[in-house]
Amino acid sequence: MSSATSLLDIALLITFAALAIGQILSMVRLVLGPSYGDRILALDTMVINALGLVVVLGIHQGVQIYFEVTLLIAMLGFVSTVALARFLLRGDIIE
Amino acid sequence: MSGQILATYASALSLLIGSGFITVGVIGLLKFNDPMTRLHAPTKVGTIGIGMLLLASMLHSFAIGSSSMHELLIMSFLFVTAPVSANFIAKVNIHRRTCETPPAPPRDDTWSTLNSPEAEITPAPLDPVKEPQTNV
Repeated sequence: MSSATSLLDIALLITFAALAIGQILSMVRLVLGPSYGDRILALDTMVINALGLVVVLGIHQGVQIYFEVTLLIAMLGFVSTVALARFLLRGDIIE
Repeated sequence: MSGQILATYASALSLLIGSGFITVGVIGLLKFNDPMTRLHAPTKVGTIGIGMLLLASMLHSFAIGSSSMHELLIMSFLFVTAPVSANFIAKVNIHRRTCETPPAPPRDDTWSTLNSPEAEITPAPLDPVKEPQTNV
């Protein structure tokens, strides 16, 4: 059991590091992205990475209460991506 | 007991697979040099990466004894909404002419939301795209 738990701890560390690197790299793309589509895409990727960070934090602490947080972040990310794209397409969000 | 050990190993393995896909997708988002190719890379982050993390969360809840399948809801929501948002971003790329304009459609005169394949090369930078003319 102890070797499995230590392997899980190492995997959690690696996943935290991968998600943090992902946030930093998509922040770079957000800053220097030449077109608006790239910026929306970078924001969408950052929302998904934040969702993954919350999921991994829930695994690390061994609790279930982060489920609602994750669902809310997923819904908010989708709605904000669609709203940004629609504003760029039509100049308005709700016509 | 051995089932819990197996679930812990599977959870660690899916965490590693998910972090690998997330790293590859984000590096692709940074390194590709065309907006449409940049669009295809982070879809791996949105589906396989987060899907593996949620699977690891489910397996870990089995391993610690309080089993739950809540994460299936988030997974299905993400799998449904990822193509929709990718389609919207692709439409932004096409309409703002930051990628190659698609070729002429085989039967009709225009695409459904794009006016014509060759006309109006560069719109003004913050001009919203005009309403497409419908030709019934």
